[in-house]
Amino acid sequence: MSALMIRDLHKSYGGLEILAGINLEARTGEFIALVGPSGCGKSTLLAMIAGLETVTSGEIWIGDRLVNSVQPKDRDIAMVFQSYALYPTMTVRQNITFGMESRGVPKAEQAEAVKRVAALLQIEQLLKRKPGQLSGGQRQRVAMGRALVRDPKLFLFDEPLSNLDAKLRVDMRTEIKKLHHRVGKTTVYVTHDQVEAMTLASRIAVMNQGSVQQFDTPKRIYDRPTNMFVAGFMGSPAMNFIPARLTGSTSIAVRAADGSDATLALAAPLPASAPKDVVLGVRPEHIYRFTTDLKSRKPAVESMQAPVELVEPTGAETLAVLRLGDLEITGRFEPDDAPVMGETITLGIDMSRACLFDPTTRALL
Amino acid sequence: MSTHDLTVPVAPPAAPWRQRLGTMVPILVLAPSLAVSFIYVFVFTLWTLYLSLSNSSLMPTYGFVGLDNYASLWANRRWNIAYTNLFLFSGFYIVGSMAIGLLLAILIDQRVRGEAVWRTIFLYPLAVSFIVTGTVWSWLYNPVDGIQAFVRGLGWTDFSFALTANRNTAIYAVIITGIWQSSGFAMALFLAGLRSVDPDLIKAAQIDGASVSRTYRKVILPTIAPIFLAVAVIQIQFAIKTFDLVAALTRGGPGVSTTFPAIYVYDLMFQRGQIGEGAAAAMMMLAALAVVLVPYSLWIVWRRRAEGRNG
Ligand SMILES: Nc1ncnc2c1ncn2[C@@H]1O[C@H](COP(=O)(O)OP(=O)(O)O)[C@@H](O)[C@H]1O
Ligand SMILES: [Mg+2]
Repeated sequence: MSALMIRDLHKSYGGLEILAGINLEARTGEFIALVGPSGCGKSTLLAMIAGLETVTSGEIWIGDRLVNSVQPKDRDIAMVFQSYALYPTMTVRQNITFGMESRGVPKAEQAEAVKRVAALLQIEQLLKRKPGQLSGGQRQRVAMGRALVRDPKLFLFDEPLSNLDAKLRVDMRTEIKKLHHRVGKTTVYVTHDQVEAMTLASRIAVMNQGSVQQFDTPKRIYDRPTNMFVAGFMGSPAMNFIPARLTGSTSIAVRAADGSDATLALAAPLPASAPKDVVLGVRPEHIYRFTTDLKSRKPAVESMQAPVELVEPTGAETLAVLRLGDLEITGRFEPDDAPVMGETITLGIDMSRACLFDPTTRALL
Repeated sequence: MSTHDLTVPVAPPAAPWRQRLGTMVPILVLAPSLAVSFIYVFVFTLWTLYLSLSNSSLMPTYGFVGLDNYASLWANRRWNIAYTNLFLFSGFYIVGSMAIGLLLAILIDQRVRGEAVWRTIFLYPLAVSFIVTGTVWSWLYNPVDGIQAFVRGLGWTDFSFALTANRNTAIYAVIITGIWQSSGFAMALFLAGLRSVDPDLIKAAQIDGASVSRTYRKVILPTIAPIFLAVAVIQIQFAIKTFDLVAALTRGGPGVSTTFPAIYVYDLMFQRGQIGEGAAAAMMMLAALAVVLVPYSLWIVWRRRAEGRNG
């Protein structure tokens, strides 16, 4: 049974359509990430699930209940806000118990619940403090504690880590993942950070301009993005988009740096309906230095020449900017095997991992 | 980089005069106003205290008479009424205008239609001076051609509304008028405060299942506690200005029922030539302020300490 089901959900402010027909579904215990650029409507969608925004049209089901007109407090949800939204005049303990107080939970039960959550999040020593006396990471924990203590059907997170510094963000990400593993609650997690979405979620909904572009597992989203938006948004450095021409049903031509055409064989034939001009999408890690050994290991690798314009070592890997026609593409190399600046190398492009897009519809072919 | 840079400097060079001037400038700029405030607040206060213990009459003189002035002040019925009025008025006026202002602000905060119109209507009395307010309200209170006459004209011939004509109720007429004048102002400040509360807090309370009234009591109003303080301080300041309002509304009457200490001090010092007793009355006004401010400052200090301990 699905814990959350959203059917053809629309939202408009005045005449302005913010969400245009969202369909989503989360199985019980699943971790769903909503990812997309700022302003694409993620927070609005989450607020509608929480009942904080009205539904213009469509249906929201939590469990087996249609909740379109159910009050937030009766939806059996808990939410962690980007700003944490801790009550500033209450202590951490009061913040955590406020919801139970409002619902008239007996004091003894409240104390028990606070103890359990404080131990889970290791915030026992903070219970007497006010939010103003906590660091960003501690506030984050308290905000999660306030949500966890409810023991709800559905957890909603709205960019909970975006106010933390980079290191803490990675730590908290790991903790959220562990926590979800332990608690096993259905979670909808909003983020604009594709790495967060990839690492945490069992399924990702990539949103743009008020609609879901693709809703699938992280692997499918990464390997087979349904369109150029998803392909470009997920992954860093971003996927390279190389204009190409079909030269047969199983080969394409790409403009090389010297203006000549390099012909690359496709791993699988394109449908007959494919347009003449296409866009070849290649992720930086699927670009190699070509060797015969590589070809024997990965038969779908195709080669072409490219001058190296710039090399950026990052330690674990080395990024190289390569020239292709009047285009620059990025390749990701092993530091030991990295090209040097000014060199012209023979690239190996793994065509079995490449994607082809229609440049007019921007959809995957 | 040379090895030179690694050696420890032997002695720091003397601070250049520019730098010293830099630290001096703020002090120099503030010095005159600090000196003037110091003279006005402390020197004149001490001088007034001294005068209140002297036998000054038309002019300040320095014959020490101990607490005689205070004794004769407190023996005077008119002073007793004035002093009681000060507390009565300040208390009701501050609490009343804040309560009504807060209520109006909360009502307007519910996204009412035509919010700007309501805001303007409620804020408008503040644009009118106390003198005009006092004069207009004195007409309204006037039994012969005010509200009483109007309602009687409608047919309720035994309707009675003559607060200012009765010595026991006249002070309440002053209080009501004061509240009318300034609750709109309190409302504007409270409304600004309510609007500054992080909307996520309210959403969190909604999800936590708190009712609207609980959300206001436990989340929103505590968050804007500093606004209460600001409004109270400004209202105290208005309360001290009652001189104008009373002068226009009741002229201290009927009899002496709406006399205030400020009027009384003015009378003693400049009309009756009893500077010594006038100074004693002024010191009593200061004491009245201290009754409010000293516990408040102690509370602030105590709270800071308490927070320091928890942090
Ligand atoms: N109350 C509102 N009235 C009008 N437009 C709004 C309102 N709230 C959000 N929007 C608009 O809806 C769009 C989506 O906002 P939001 O859901 O916050 O985006 P995200 O969380 O993905 O960054 C934005 O363009 C924003 O300007
Ligand atoms: Mg957002």
